Amino acid sequence: MSMWRPCAEVERCVGKGAAGEGRSCGETSCSRAGSGVVCGREESGVVGLILSITQIKLDGLSLFVLMAIEIVQPSVGLSKMAVSETHGEDSPYFAGWKAYDENPYHETCNPTGVIQMGLAENQVSFDLLEEYLEANLEATNWGQKVSGFRENALFQDYHGLLSFRKAMASFMEEVRGGKAKFDPERVVLTAGATAANELLTFILADPGDALLVPTPYYPGFDRDLRWRTGVQIVPIHCERSNNFQITPEALEAAYDHARSMNIKVRGVLITNPSNPLGATIQRKVLEEILDFVTRKNIHLVTDEIYSGSAFYADEFVSIAEVLESRNYKDSERCHIVYSLSKDLGLPGFRVGTIYSYNDQVVTTARRMSSFTLISSQTQFLLASMLSDKEFTQKYIKINRERLRKRYEMIINGLKKVGIECLKGNAGLFCWMNLSPYLKEPTIKGELEMWKTIMHEVRLNISPGSSCHCSEPGWFRVCFANMSEETLEVALSRIHEFIKTRKQ
Amino acid sequence: MSDSQHKQKTSLHSQATQALPDFHYHTAGKFPATQMTQTDPRRIQNSGLEDESRDQSQSSSTGMRLIVPLQGIVQGRGGLILGSVIPCAMYYILQFYLKRLRSPPNPPEQQTSNPSSPTPSSSNLAELSRSASRSNLLSRRPRLSSRVHSIAKSNDSPYYIGLDKASADPYDRFSNPNGVIQLGLAENRLTLDLIENWITNDSILGAGGGLSVNGIAAYQPFDGMPELKVAMASYMSQVVGRTVSFDPSQIVLTSGATPAIEILCFALADQGNAFLIPAPYYPGFDRDMKWRTGVELIPVHCRSSDNFTLSIPVLDQAYNQARKRGHKVRGILLSNPSNPVGNLMTREILFSLLDFAREKNIHIISDELFAASTFGDEEFVSMAEIIDSEETDKDRVHIVYGLSKDLSLPGFRVGVIYSYNESVLTVSRKMTRFSSVSAPTQRLVTSMLSDTTFIKNYTEKNRERLRCIYELFVEGLNELGIGCTKSSGGFYCWVDMSGLIRPYNEKGELDLWDKLLNVAKVNITPGSSCHCIEPGWFRCCFTTLDEKDIHVVIERIRLVVETCKSPS
Repeated sequence: MSMWRPCAEVERCVGKGAAGEGRSCGETSCSRAGSGVVCGREESGVVGLILSITQIKLDGLSLFVLMAIEIVQPSVGLSKMAVSETHGEDSPYFAGWKAYDENPYHETCNPTGVIQMGLAENQVSFDLLEEYLEANLEATNWGQKVSGFRENALFQDYHGLLSFRKAMASFMEEVRGGKAKFDPERVVLTAGATAANELLTFILADPGDALLVPTPYYPGFDRDLRWRTGVQIVPIHCERSNNFQITPEALEAAYDHARSMNIKVRGVLITNPSNPLGATIQRKVLEEILDFVTRKNIHLVTDEIYSGSAFYADEFVSIAEVLESRNYKDSERCHIVYSLSKDLGLPGFRVGTIYSYNDQVVTTARRMSSFTLISSQTQFLLASMLSDKEFTQKYIKINRERLRKRYEMIINGLKKVGIECLKGNAGLFCWMNLSPYLKEPTIKGELEMWKTIMHEVRLNISPGSSCHCSEPGWFRVCFANMSEETLEVALSRIHEFIKTRKQ
Repeated sequence: MSDSQHKQKTSLHSQATQALPDFHYHTAGKFPATQMTQTDPRRIQNSGLEDESRDQSQSSSTGMRLIVPLQGIVQGRGGLILGSVIPCAMYYILQFYLKRLRSPPNPPEQQTSNPSSPTPSSSNLAELSRSASRSNLLSRRPRLSSRVHSIAKSNDSPYYIGLDKASADPYDRFSNPNGVIQLGLAENRLTLDLIENWITNDSILGAGGGLSVNGIAAYQPFDGMPELKVAMASYMSQVVGRTVSFDPSQIVLTSGATPAIEILCFALADQGNAFLIPAPYYPGFDRDMKWRTGVELIPVHCRSSDNFTLSIPVLDQAYNQARKRGHKVRGILLSNPSNPVGNLMTREILFSLLDFAREKNIHIISDELFAASTFGDEEFVSMAEIIDSEETDKDRVHIVYGLSKDLSLPGFRVGVIYSYNESVLTVSRKMTRFSSVSAPTQRLVTSMLSDTTFIKNYTEKNRERLRCIYELFVEGLNELGIGCTKSSGGFYCWVDMSGLIRPYNEKGELDLWDKLLNVAKVNITPGSSCHCIEPGWFRCCFTTLDEKDIHVVIERIRLVVETCKSPS
């Protein structure tokens, strides 16, 4: 009830000598009827809004009237968006990052610091990139190619460099083992997948409408999809009993729930491979979801930013493949989000993309991408790298292998102390089950344990509740943003911790 | 209410409100302010419906004539309820009526059974859908948001049509001498050689071999790397000159000035709130500030009799009118040096603007994209300098800057929000996750800005070359008997062709624009795209020209001018 906060402000303003008829309003008791002047410090610091209600006899009614009016006015007003909490950065997911920033682990300088396991960053294949760039200096920067620079620096067309869009499309095909085709004309570039998801939400839904998102989901969605768009997220509750898979019943239930609250559902947004589960979605499930959205006549956004991080190429099925097998029937409701941040480990480059099968979405997204363009220099640099098939094939293969090895390392390490994880096959994290060690099986118990792990064990992991998981005790643990040695240290800290909990 | 009824009503509602802004644009001017004020009591009584009734108040005066007396009739017990319910009901009926009468059906979305490539350029969407929809009238398509429709419409403006046409068939002295000469796009080609030189000889790319991505591949702060902020602050001080200093901690970096302005709109205003903006203004603001934020822009019309400078009485009048129409004004957006006119704001007017903003308790966004591209005798005064001399009130001032114009690097997408308001900075930093600058570009730009000798040399030469080409261009126009306002900064001439248009209105202006584009093959921006209130003015960007091409442009314009002058 933010609208009640300014009462003190109101009184002060009235005290400053607004109109004579003015009545001020206290926090609890409301003034009697009569035409009243309520002031925000809006115009010339005095008069704000005038209530010209003349016939009110009841206190209750005047209360109603006051509540309906916006009075919050700090010295010079900001938007509701600016003062709202929808940015969601007070959740444990972000709080953990702060704790890490204050005391970051370092092998030699700060061996007792907090180890960052909340950041899904891929550092295991960075050497491959560096090697390539060193060997291909000429191609990736302007060096002697002066004419290249002239076009590049001035390039401000929101379509993006054609060479880069082609490279992007072919890289996306490569990641999917050539099982789906991508058309460079449908590739819309954005500064990262975050912007891509937000942009799609802007296009698909009006403020107040909802997207259905299966839980547990990436904590950042609460902000990325909701904050500036005014769109809501209605969770599709997935249960541990079937390994958090999305079922037709859960989809229907979420849809009906939204309808019962009179919310228009505009689409379903899934991450495949799932963040935070670290598992790919089976073809059958994708088919069911596609049937569901077709039946309801709504959109489907599939965020596939971890597609190149599936440990086995054949275990990942893109929605693009499903659409191809259906001969693109009903494809105009499908939109894919992709990025180079995870699969290539280049989040600093801010390269994301929307691939939509809907012409109008492509055109609109392209125009809207003016707000989130990628530097032409970066496009140029990546275009030549991504169109080198020899390199991309090799990179994707080795990257998958290394991630798998890391994953096995952490899973086996956890198993030694009896910790189970959901069976994963993709991504930069595992979904760890600590529910047997909770002091009480509630979200409170989970957050208590998370705090202990944060401050005493000194690991930053993300609690399931920040991902809206329906069951307490699950945690997302990232393993690809550190060296193997650091991972060993983290594992041994977990061992110690579990021992104390078992006693 | 059954489900289907409900659906019908809500969809009707959103479509109608979506059609209204356009409608409002056409009618707003016709209603005298007094009539508008009549709606006030009703509007407040139905405060829940405030936005809707505001729209309505502009869309029809018939509604008001009915409703206002009604309130008199239903006074007494239960007056509040009846007074609310009846106008509500009438409002819905009216909307239904309006919708049937006025709003064209939304263009149905296109479906392709086997998706082909979408048209590569920004073609007209409405057209595209119409042709495709015939075959698929009955199939169901997922709805898009109502924003999409306004965005689909936006490229109909001559500004975008001209840009597209010029980029499809660009003039080149040797390879395409019959192409369209682009005087509509704000880019500076005069000093590219200087930057090229620097890149190849002095930069980390040229001298040191290659660009290392080591250390910058990982996540970087979304609001910019600290090194670049430091370099940017000192560059901005250098540009503004004198003793103004900029604090790196007040800088937020964005991927270009476009998102910088949008982020400020998101932070300062709610949907439906308004900004005052001196007109003529940059056509892109209609897109950048309104599309996704839902903010309204209210032009403050400056006239040729004042040399298109802003005066406080005019501003005050616009503010009061906006208030009367029920707009909540949240700020003023200035562009200084002005785009499109090219004039600078004096110290005096900046001080009075600050006083005005203080009196009304609103924000000031000062867009200073062309700060280093001044070439006249007048001095450029940044809002930062004004605010430096003030003790209080800093928190209402926000400056937008970028490297696209002053360093001629639009492709690099480097924009700046410089604010004195800690809350605005915090919110902006959070929003930069949607529009960060790519790390390799930040690294390159940092090294460029840190090379102060290069920057100093570049800025001086750039000013010289701007002045030189400006004078040549104006001279050429004068020979044709065409005058311009005096430009002191930026890339534009604000050209007066009002004597050449017939009839003397927007249609005449667009006819001339059309002739220039299609017959003379010169793309310039008509004043109406910039919301100029007087017809016959055009924005010509001269920085895309080579000295050798000036006579070609002038000759092409001469052809059209002569047909206009001849009595036929």
